[in-house]
Amino acid sequence: MNTRRLFAVLQKEFRQMRRDRMTLAMIIGIPIMQLILFGYAINLNLRHLPAAIADQAETSASRRQVMDMLATGVIEPVANARTPEQLMTLLRRGEISVGVVIPYDYERRLALGQEAIQILVDGSDTVVQSAAAQLAQVPVGEPPPENNTRLPNRESSVPQRQSSVSIVSFYNPQRVSAINIVPGLIGIILTMTMVMFTAVAIVRERERGNMELLIATPVSSAELMIGKVLPYGMVGLIQTSLILLLGTWLFGVPIRGSLLDVYLATLLLILANLTMGLLISTRAQSQFQAMQMTFFVFLPSILLSGFMFPFDGMPKAAQWLAEILPLTHFLRLIRGVMLRGAGVFELWPDLLALVAFIALMMTLAVSRFRKRLD
Amino acid sequence: MDGDVAIRARGLSKTFGTLKAVDDVDLTVSKQRIYGFLGPNGSGKSTSIRMLCGLLTPTAGEIEVLGLQIPAQAEILRQHIGYMTQQFSLFTDLTVRENLEFLAAVQNMSARDARARIDELLVEYHFEGRADQLAGTMSGGQKQRLALAGAVIHKPELLFLDEPTSAVDPESRRDFWEKLFELTDAGTTILVSTHYMDEAERCHRLAILERGRLVADGSPAELTGALEGRTLLVETEHQRSARAALMKVPGVISAAQIGNSLRLLTERGQAGPEKMQQALSDAGIRAQVAPVEPSLEDVFVAVTHSASRAEREKAEASSEERS
Repeated sequence: MNTRRLFAVLQKEFRQMRRDRMTLAMIIGIPIMQLILFGYAINLNLRHLPAAIADQAETSASRRQVMDMLATGVIEPVANARTPEQLMTLLRRGEISVGVVIPYDYERRLALGQEAIQILVDGSDTVVQSAAAQLAQVPVGEPPPENNTRLPNRESSVPQRQSSVSIVSFYNPQRVSAINIVPGLIGIILTMTMVMFTAVAIVRERERGNMELLIATPVSSAELMIGKVLPYGMVGLIQTSLILLLGTWLFGVPIRGSLLDVYLATLLLILANLTMGLLISTRAQSQFQAMQMTFFVFLPSILLSGFMFPFDGMPKAAQWLAEILPLTHFLRLIRGVMLRGAGVFELWPDLLALVAFIALMMTLAVSRFRKRLD
Repeated sequence: MDGDVAIRARGLSKTFGTLKAVDDVDLTVSKQRIYGFLGPNGSGKSTSIRMLCGLLTPTAGEIEVLGLQIPAQAEILRQHIGYMTQQFSLFTDLTVRENLEFLAAVQNMSARDARARIDELLVEYHFEGRADQLAGTMSGGQKQRLALAGAVIHKPELLFLDEPTSAVDPESRRDFWEKLFELTDAGTTILVSTHYMDEAERCHRLAILERGRLVADGSPAELTGALEGRTLLVETEHQRSARAALMKVPGVISAAQIGNSLRLLTERGQAGPEKMQQALSDAGIRAQVAPVEPSLEDVFVAVTHSASRAEREKAEASSEERS
């Protein structure tokens, strides 16, 4: 390893990156775009969900209850239904997102303190699920004005009130916690951009013929590889800072652990992804192929890492597969640090897994990269 | 290895799958000389060059370059050679100076040496005032000059040039060859591949490659001298019919139409001018036949003829069947 040559490769990369507008736009644009798009999922103040109400009780109390629910503005009746079965049909067809059932024995259930109202929710849409939670906050059985005048009583009625509305979620019994999204998003964005950047960066040089010139010079494989990884590593840290800033500023995402630990965990994920990108680049024949191979990593990462679906709910085989993915370990680290205030070293198994992954990928990439054309 | 030999290869072969790209080539390149590889596309020129500078592993054969065993000692060799690829392979999104800076650093030159050498090269290769222009925005001739400047930045002993002038105009080509002669005067050995006859004529020594085989090797004068008496020029107004008549004469290898005349290449000891004159008058064509100096093109046709005649006849037969 020769520092002058390594520095030359680094300088060249930075100069090229500066002139590559598309890459620059991706570096800044992707985090901002993703964060704002996912921000809608975090923002739960939903209005006007299409709904149908099956009021089987048809008493003055039940009608008042319906009016209260409509007054929240969360739901808007779009269809008529008499029975829960009709509601389920409407739900399945996608005509409504929320169905409200007020049973025949509504008032008797209220009196007994049982669940008096059932809300059927299209659980395939997690945003709708969260909105239903708002509906459940509507007081049951007592008109709100009276409620306001009896503040002390209201406190004590909270548990009773919560149990009187039951939410039944169809199609997706698990709920993705909104606050989980931003830390996870750091991982998703880094996985998406880092793997692709490095994979494409080396293949592009091969396509343009630069590589044939480079390998005929004394520059070594390690100098080339490290010279490629470091600049993009810096890009990754910039992206991380951007997401953290926007996440805390726009959505109030907490950073309960130390910021240094957040960056340490992130740096490991960045290196894991960059070295994986390098390995891809040693195999891919064209930039297009490099992109395709990136997707083979990206899709399982999104689906299996625990970003989309809870890790513990997955079948064993999927869990084993997920353990190979760096994003899985990163998510455990970053959620631990940001949300639970843990230190990274308390989560050492995942730390170790990432370090091992990086070492393996780098070794494979450097040993697979030949200064030969055949 | 004796002191004045830069490259020596014995039985050099390279197979890609079932294709024999280079087939049992022997060659010796003397120091401070321009050695040319002449051959059509696909004749194995690039593959040979890549093997000689250690970028491809030979399927068989031994290579010794600057006293180093290739490919085993290729890494050491890389500090002593310059390599100019067929396609422009510098970075199009870096400026002229940035490209040279990168190459200088990669060749382990100190920052101070690099700066001095780059300033020198910018003048020598006519890039004054263009140092900050992006390489990708330059013309073919400029790119080629830049590529050569980059290849010689560390003053290599040996320079490999793979079809360096395929994308440039004739004037740039002439300038380029001036530079090559300056380099050999300064002690550099150059191995250059080309498919231009005029360029091949400028080489000190020449190897003609055809389908991976070395079919002729020698100085241009030696190669053309061997054809003495086998080339004729036919002056006639009826070139098409004259050609048809002459191609039927035994011993005629080729009759190429060049402007108002036909250039004939014949087998050794066969078919003097009188015989041709006779054949033409028999066909009722008025023409004058006279001997002419052999050119490298004639050499090329002569040495590649035997290998390709069989196939050409086969191709002609099948195209006649179709029509």
